[in-house]
Amino acid sequence: MTGVTCRGVTARYNGTPVLSGVDLVVEPGEWVVVVGPNGAGKTTLLRALAGVIPAGGEITLGDTALADLRRREIAARVAVVPQTPVVPEGVTVFDYVMLGRTPYIPYWGMEGAADRARVSAVLERLDLGSFAARPVSSLSGGERQRAVLARALAQDASILLLDEPTTALDLGHQQQVLELVDGLRRESQLVVISTLHDLTFAAQFGDRVVLLADGIVVAEGPPDRVLQADMVSRYFGATVDVVEGPDGPYIVPVRKNRP
Amino acid sequence: MSIVTLPAPRTRPWVGPVVVSVGVLLVAAVASLVLGPAGVNPWRAIVEMLDHIPFLSVDSGLTTQEAAIVWQIRAPRLVLAGLVGATLAGSGAAYQGVFRNPLADPYLLGVAAGAGLGATIAIVSGFPTSTIPPLAFSGAVLAVVAAYGLASLGGSRRSGATLILSGVAVAAFFTALQTYLQQQHADTIRQVFSWILGRLGTTGWGDVRTLLPYALVSWLVLFAYRRHLDVMAVGEEEASTLGIEPARVRLVVVAGATLGAAAAVAVSGLIAFVGIIVPHIVRLATGPSYRTLLPVSLIGGSAFLMVADLVARTVQSGGELPIGVVTAFVGAPFFAFILATRREVAA
Repeated sequence: MTGVTCRGVTARYNGTPVLSGVDLVVEPGEWVVVVGPNGAGKTTLLRALAGVIPAGGEITLGDTALADLRRREIAARVAVVPQTPVVPEGVTVFDYVMLGRTPYIPYWGMEGAADRARVSAVLERLDLGSFAARPVSSLSGGERQRAVLARALAQDASILLLDEPTTALDLGHQQQVLELVDGLRRESQLVVISTLHDLTFAAQFGDRVVLLADGIVVAEGPPDRVLQADMVSRYFGATVDVVEGPDGPYIVPVRKNRP
Repeated sequence: MSIVTLPAPRTRPWVGPVVVSVGVLLVAAVASLVLGPAGVNPWRAIVEMLDHIPFLSVDSGLTTQEAAIVWQIRAPRLVLAGLVGATLAGSGAAYQGVFRNPLADPYLLGVAAGAGLGATIAIVSGFPTSTIPPLAFSGAVLAVVAAYGLASLGGSRRSGATLILSGVAVAAFFTALQTYLQQQHADTIRQVFSWILGRLGTTGWGDVRTLLPYALVSWLVLFAYRRHLDVMAVGEEEASTLGIEPARVRLVVVAGATLGAAAAVAVSGLIAFVGIIVPHIVRLATGPSYRTLLPVSLIGGSAFLMVADLVARTVQSGGELPIGVVTAFVGAPFFAFILATRREVAA
């Protein structure tokens, strides 16, 4: 099983620092939620972990430095669910999920029976079996998000990066997707690192929460320690009440000026 | 996690389109051999072709003159049309995939402008006509290399969009040079235009032999990368998280497509529209996967250009239409018809 270690990770965008000295250790089976205001560097951190942007410092997947791995090797270890996945017109759910097998298909070759069986198994696990022959673009938001998740699972990676996986979903589908991810990480001991705008969900699903602001980790720890009203106010500029609940704190927005 | 086999999740969308395009190709091939000022019996023409297969000797019963018309004039032209059509359609499909742009065609990165400049230099300088193909080929390759070089000036992480824009700049520059040369040598304008409008040579098997190796390499490269083109469909960053290197795939695919398109243009001039409409028509029939789209585009492009050439040389008695005019004249309405009748898929 592979954990993730970041030491002093930095990243720049057009010369401006976006991440400055991020340290983070995530163990197998653990779900860490990265929260922070817009522009804090959350997505950049995930992109650095996926190796798709150049980053300074040290990122290690298990025992191997990310920088020493080839693209295919990274893709066999790290799967990404992007915030706004590109869904090609007309591609069937089966073919779309098959894209996740790319790291295992020989460079000049085509997928084999084992890849097809793996895709079928993932589709069944995510209740997408009956959608296999349908175009992804014809699915509803919730089904489509499951298809993207299925593609990530088909990668058989031990690290799952989710960038705002609940964007554009209604409340019920948000819960379903998050519960699904939670079940998957428990059954396969996946490392899950996600960003989430909804702080209550962050508290309910994250084992730990990392609060990022201006590219710096300003707080890290169990949800009830990080997600306190004064922290949320200071870094998000939001007025909230934090209500203690049985499954973690509920972060409830409070209207500042009632007319 | 248990392994569950779903009931046949993958259909075979390629069977119908392959059968149709191979059928059109065969009919067009036979029609091309027998139609023309000198009528030839179709069966005898086929037997005459078979006679040229190594270790096979059959008597077609054609006169020496008819046999020469079939084997020395019509057959090479037919094969050339097939090679050029397949190469332009395959390159167009590949460019559309690698740039995720439905308007991409084989001339996107300056192949046409570069070849046009090369051919114009050969013509206005009074070089022998045999120098037109190598100069056109060199101009085409030079233009694409220049576009790549220009795109990489901005930094190593150049995107497909930067490359397209560089291609636009290079094409504009090369076209300006070509227009200038043309204006300075007005006496050769007719010859330059005749080259630009495209034509399939009637000089025996020479052009086929010139084009064949380039076409084969181009087809093989694009065929080998058809699965990578499917992965590229999700965009460069996602493709990269799936384990491919988009910049490398783009370089290899562009190199393969350019090699083929440049060679095709060098022997046949600028034949418009094949590289855009054939892949789109095929896409409507096979769906978006390049695993099917690419090979069917090669066959379909071949069939399309054979039909277009047949029209070009038979529709007007006493003369030929430029094939580039026919491909656009026949292709544009046909394409519009397909789009109009298959709107739900085309959207």
